[in-house]
Amino acid sequence: MNSAELVSPVVRDLPPSGIRKFFDLVAESKGIISLGVGEPDFVTPWHIREASMYSLEKGYTMYTSNHGLLELREEIAKYLNRRFGVSYDVRRELMVTVGASEGVDLAMRALVCPGDEVLIPDPSFVSYMPCVTLAGGKAVMVPTIAEEEFKLNPKTVESMITPRAKILMLSYPNNPTGAIMTAAELKAIAEVVERNNLIVISDEIYAELTYGEKPVSFASLPGMRDRTVLLSGFSKAFAMTGWRIGYVAANPDFLAAMVKIHQYGIMCAPVMGQMAALEALRNGEAEMQRMVNTYDQRRRFVVNSFREMGLDCFEPRGAFYAFPSIKRTGLSSEEFSEKLLHQAKVAVVPGTAFGPSGEGHIRCSYACSMDQLKEALKRIKTFLATL
Amino acid sequence: MTETTRRSILAILAENNRLAPEDIATMLGLPIDEVARFISEMEESKVILKYNTLINWEKAGEEMVAALIDVKVQPQREVGFDTVAERIYRFPQVQSVYLMSGGYDLSVLIEGKSMKDVALFVAEKLATLEFVQSTATHFVLKKYKQDGVIFEDKEEDRRLMVSP
Repeated sequence: MNSAELVSPVVRDLPPSGIRKFFDLVAESKGIISLGVGEPDFVTPWHIREASMYSLEKGYTMYTSNHGLLELREEIAKYLNRRFGVSYDVRRELMVTVGASEGVDLAMRALVCPGDEVLIPDPSFVSYMPCVTLAGGKAVMVPTIAEEEFKLNPKTVESMITPRAKILMLSYPNNPTGAIMTAAELKAIAEVVERNNLIVISDEIYAELTYGEKPVSFASLPGMRDRTVLLSGFSKAFAMTGWRIGYVAANPDFLAAMVKIHQYGIMCAPVMGQMAALEALRNGEAEMQRMVNTYDQRRRFVVNSFREMGLDCFEPRGAFYAFPSIKRTGLSSEEFSEKLLHQAKVAVVPGTAFGPSGEGHIRCSYACSMDQLKEALKRIKTFLATL
Repeated sequence: MTETTRRSILAILAENNRLAPEDIATMLGLPIDEVARFISEMEESKVILKYNTLINWEKAGEEMVAALIDVKVQPQREVGFDTVAERIYRFPQVQSVYLMSGGYDLSVLIEGKSMKDVALFVAEKLATLEFVQSTATHFVLKKYKQDGVIFEDKEEDRRLMVSP
C-alpha cells in the first residue's frame, strides 16, 4: 500500500508552514534567545489558574452546551458591549470555540462555497490561507506594505475583487506586522465591503494589545455588525494560549451554521478552560492591564533599538511583534533569519512565513523579558556589523 | 510629567533597578533628561530610598536566622509609638519595623547569625526597653516569597522556541 498516495490531494498539496521549518532549525541549536515566540511570556495569572483548579475540585468535568457555558457567553456579551460597543444575543449569536483558530476554520467552512474567493491581508497569520483552501475556496492575498504601515489599503482591496469574491479576512492588530487600523481606516474598508456585498471575518484576538488607541471592532462600524463574523479569545490578552478558549460572535444564521460544524467535530470547548475564561472576564482586568503596559514598554524599546542600529522599523501599534525591514542587508528574510540564528544565536521568524509580502522583513516578538530583549538586540546589532 | 508616568518610572525601577534612565525613557517614550531629572529628584526627596538586590542568602551558603517579634508598647503622650520605634529600628539587627493594628503594636523583623543571637538580642535589648510591655518571638523556618519574589520558582519558560 502506498499510504502517501492515499492522502487527500488537497491536503497533500497544502504548503507546509514556513514556521515549522524554522522551528526545526532552532530546535537543533543551543544557547538561543528566541524572539520567535507567538505567545505571551507571562504564565496565566494565578487567580485564573486557581479558579480553574477550584472548578475541577467541584467536579466540573463534563460536556457543556455546544455553544459553551451560558454564564461564560453572558460575560463575553457584556465584555464586547462594554469594550467595543457591540451587542450580541447570548443564545443565538455567540459561541465558545477551541481557540480563535477553531473560529477561523468554522467560519471558512460555514461560509465558503467551492471556488469562492477569500481576500486575505498579506502578510498575516499562517492559518487563514490553508483554512480557505481546505474549505474549497480560493485565497487571494492582498498585499500590504511597510510604507503604509501594513494597513489594508481599500483601493488595493477593491482592485482585487472579482465576481467570485465573497469574504474579506481582517486581522488587526496584525500578526506578524503589529499593524492596527483605526476607526476611520476601517470605515473606508467598510465602504468597499458594502459596495461589493462582502462578508468580513474579523480576527480580533489581539484587540486588547492596542497601544495608545482604543481598540475598534469592525463589527461596531455602522451597517457592519451583521456582515461580520467576529473572532476573538483569551490567549493573548489574558496569557491563556494553552487553554484553547476562543469565541465567535455573528448573526444568528452564520452562527447556527458554525455551531453545526462545531457540534459534530468538537462537541464543546473544554470545561476547565471555560471556567478559567469566566474568571478572566470577571476579575482579570487589572492583571491584563499590567501585562499590556509591560508589552507597551518593551515595544518602544525594541523599535528604538532597531532604528538605532539602522534598520527601518515602522511603529507597530498592536500585538507584541516588531516587523523591521532587513532589505538594506541585501539578504532575503530567510537567509537573514538563518544567518542570525547560526551566527548570533537569536531566533526570529522570516516575514515570508506569513505571506509573500513579508519578504524583506523579520518578525520579532517582544513577548520576553527586558533582560532577554536587551541581550538579543545587542546580538543582532553585533551581527549586523559583520554583514 | 503626568502622575501615571511618574508612577510608571518608579514601578519600573522597583522591578529592575539595573535599567538605565535611557532605557526607561525609551520604554515610556519620554526625553532622557526628563527621566534622569525625575529620578534624581526622587532620590533627593527620599522617595527612592535605596537600590538594593534581593539575595537568597541560604542558597549563597550564608547561615541566617530570622524572627518576627510582636512587641506591645506603652504609647507616650505626644509622640505615641514613634520614640520607642526609633529606639528599636536603630539596632542594625533589626531589618524592618511596622506599627500594627490589632493584638500588638510593633512588628519587628530581626536577622541574626543564630537562634541564640536573636534570642539574646530580644532578651537583652528589646524586652528591656522602657515602655516595652511584652514581646512574642516567632522564628522563621523557611522563606517562600519575599518582596514579591518567589524563592524557588518552578515556573520556567516552557513555550516552544518558535510558534506562529
